[in-house]
Amino acid sequence: MNRHYWLGKIFKGVMTYFIVGLFALFAALPFYQMVIIAFKSNADFNNPRENNPFIFNDPPTTDHIVYLFEQTEYLTFILNSVIIGVSVVLITLLFATPAAYSLARLTGRLGERLGILIFLVYLIPPTLLFIPMSQVVSFVGLQNSKWALVMLYPTFTIPFCTWLMFGFFRSIPRDIEEQAMVDGYSRFGAMWRVVLPLAVPGVLTVVVFSFMLTLHEYIYALAFTTSSSEKPISVGVTTELVRGDVFFWQSLMASAIIVALPIAIVYNLFLNRFVAGLTMGAVKG
Amino acid sequence: MSTVETVALVKHYDNDVIAVNSIDLHIKEGEFLVLLGPSGSGKTTLLRMIAGLEKVTSGKIYMGGRDVTHLPPRARNLSMVFQSYALYPHMSVFGNIAFPLKAKGLPYQERKKKVEWAASLFGIEQYLQRKPRQLSGGQRQRVALARALVHEPSVFLLDEPLSNLDAQLRASARDEIKQFQRRIATTTIYVTHDQVEAMGMGDRIAVMNHGNMHQIGTPQELYREPADTFVATFLGSPPMNLLNQKECIIGFHPEHFLPKDIIHEESPRFEFPFRVTRVEYLGADRFVYGIVPSESGHTRVISKIPSLVTVPLETDQLYTFAVLKEDMKYFDKKTGKRIDPIPFSMAVFEHAEV
Repeated sequence: MNRHYWLGKIFKGVMTYFIVGLFALFAALPFYQMVIIAFKSNADFNNPRENNPFIFNDPPTTDHIVYLFEQTEYLTFILNSVIIGVSVVLITLLFATPAAYSLARLTGRLGERLGILIFLVYLIPPTLLFIPMSQVVSFVGLQNSKWALVMLYPTFTIPFCTWLMFGFFRSIPRDIEEQAMVDGYSRFGAMWRVVLPLAVPGVLTVVVFSFMLTLHEYIYALAFTTSSSEKPISVGVTTELVRGDVFFWQSLMASAIIVALPIAIVYNLFLNRFVAGLTMGAVKG
Repeated sequence: MSTVETVALVKHYDNDVIAVNSIDLHIKEGEFLVLLGPSGSGKTTLLRMIAGLEKVTSGKIYMGGRDVTHLPPRARNLSMVFQSYALYPHMSVFGNIAFPLKAKGLPYQERKKKVEWAASLFGIEQYLQRKPRQLSGGQRQRVALARALVHEPSVFLLDEPLSNLDAQLRASARDEIKQFQRRIATTTIYVTHDQVEAMGMGDRIAVMNHGNMHQIGTPQELYREPADTFVATFLGSPPMNLLNQKECIIGFHPEHFLPKDIIHEESPRFEFPFRVTRVEYLGADRFVYGIVPSESGHTRVISKIPSLVTVPLETDQLYTFAVLKEDMKYFDKKTGKRIDPIPFSMAVFEHAEV
C-alpha cells in the first residue's frame, strides 16, 4: 500500500518532468542550432553530409560576427529598430492607456463590445493594408523613412494594447478609485495616483508587447524603407545578408541572437511581475 | 460637522429601474443615522449619492445648508469607508492614512503628526510601515477608519464596514465605532443590512426597501411602533409575528406571546390556541416554534419565553397562549400600514378570546 503510493508518486514526477523536458527541448532546440551555426566555419557548415550539424566539427570562429558588424549596417539597423520601438511604445501608451481606462470604467457594458471592436481592427493583416497605407505614407511625404513606420505601427499596437490594458483596468477594484475621489482627488487625480500605479504590470506588458510587435514587423518595413540608413533590423539583415541566392547563414543567425538575447532576459525579469497580482490585499481577502 | 439633508432624492438607472424613490432625509449635526434594509433596497445607492459617487436623477442634497447636489465628492468634505475597505495596495499604511491629507496639500511634518494621531486612536501605530496585504481583516478595517477621520471630515459615510469581519471581531468593532463616533461627534451615515447592528449603533434608523423609505426613528420607536409590516418583520430576532385576520393584520413580538397562565389574570388580553412544533433552548431564552390554527389557514408563530418561566412545553401539544392588549399592533391588510387604534370591535378576531 505504502510502496504503491510512493511508486505512483515517483512515476507521476518522472512523467511530469519528462513531458516538460520534452517541450523545453522542443523550444530550445532552434536557439541551440542558431548559436552553433553562428560560430561555425564555412567549411564545417557547408558540408552537412559528413559533418554533424549539431556540433562543432571544426573549431568555432567569430569571423561571421565580425563580418556582421564591419561589413553591414548592423548597428544602424539596431539603432533604427530602437528608435522606432521606443517611439511606437510611447505613442501607444499615450493613446491606449486613456482609451482602455475609459472603456473599462465609463461606458459600462458597451465598453466590452467596443473593446472587442477595437481588437478586431488589430486582426486586419498588414498584407492587406500596406497598399492603401503607401498612399498615406506618400501623402505625408515619409517615403523611405523610418518615421513612416513610427506612424504606421501604432495602427496595430494601439488596438492590441488597448485591449490588453482594458483587462488590467477592469481587474482593479472600482472601490479603490472611488475612495481616492472621496479622499479629495479628481477622477484624473485618482487615475494618476491610484489606478496607474496598480496597472504597472499592465503598462509593462504593453511596453514589451508593442516593442516586440514593432521589432518583428516585416511587411511595412519592407515596403516603406529602402535605404540602409532607414531600415529596421527585421528588414535590414535579411536584405543585406541574403544576396541573390547566397545566404550568409552564420551572420544571419548571429544577428538574430544578438537581438533576441536582451529581449529574452528582459522578458524573464518581468515575467513574474506580469503575473503577480499587485492588487492583492486591496480588498478583503 | 454638519447636517445632511436630502429632498425628494431620486435615482433611476438607464433601464428604468428605480433605485431610490423620492427620499427625504434630515440628519442632525453629530447624529449617527443607520440606513437599514435588505440587499437591493437602495440604501447603498442613497449613500453613494450623498458621497457624490452616483449622479442624482432628481432632487437635492444639502450639507450644512449648502447645496452639494452636483458637486464632485472632493468638494463635499466627507469621508467614506467602503465594505471592502478599499485600501491602496501599493501604499504603506502611513501612505494610506496620509493620502487625503496629501490631497489637501498639507506639508509633510503636519501630515506625519496627523497620521500618528489617527493611528494612535485605533492602535495601529506599530503597523505604519506595513503594506495592506500584510494586515489582518480587523487591522485593515482600522486603517480604513483612521484614513476616514484623519482629515476631520464634516460627514462620515460607512458602507457595511463590519460585514467582512468574523462575528467576534464584529461585536467589538461595532462598540469601537460607536464610542469613537460619540467622541468626535461627526455626523455619520452608516449603511447595513444587519438589524442587530442597526439597533445597537444608530441614534436613529432609516428603514428602506425597494428604494422607498419605510420609517425613520429611534431603535425603540421602530421596535415598539413599527410603521408597517415590513419594518415589523425586518427588526427584532426573531421578528414580529403577523396573523392574518378578516379585516386587518395583527402583529405581536415573540416575547409578548406567552403562556396564558403566566400573564396576570386581570390584564386585558387576547388568547390564542398554539400548537407547539419545536422548542429551542438558548440559555437565557426559550424559542418556541408553533402554529396558530384557524379556519383561514395555519400561521407559523414564534414565542420567546425567558428561561425564568419554567412552564413545561411539549411538542405536538395544544396550549393557550396570550398577548396583552397593549402589546398588540394592527396593520392595514392592503397597504401593510399601521392602523392605530383599532377601528373596529374585537369580535373580528377569528380565534382570539378577549
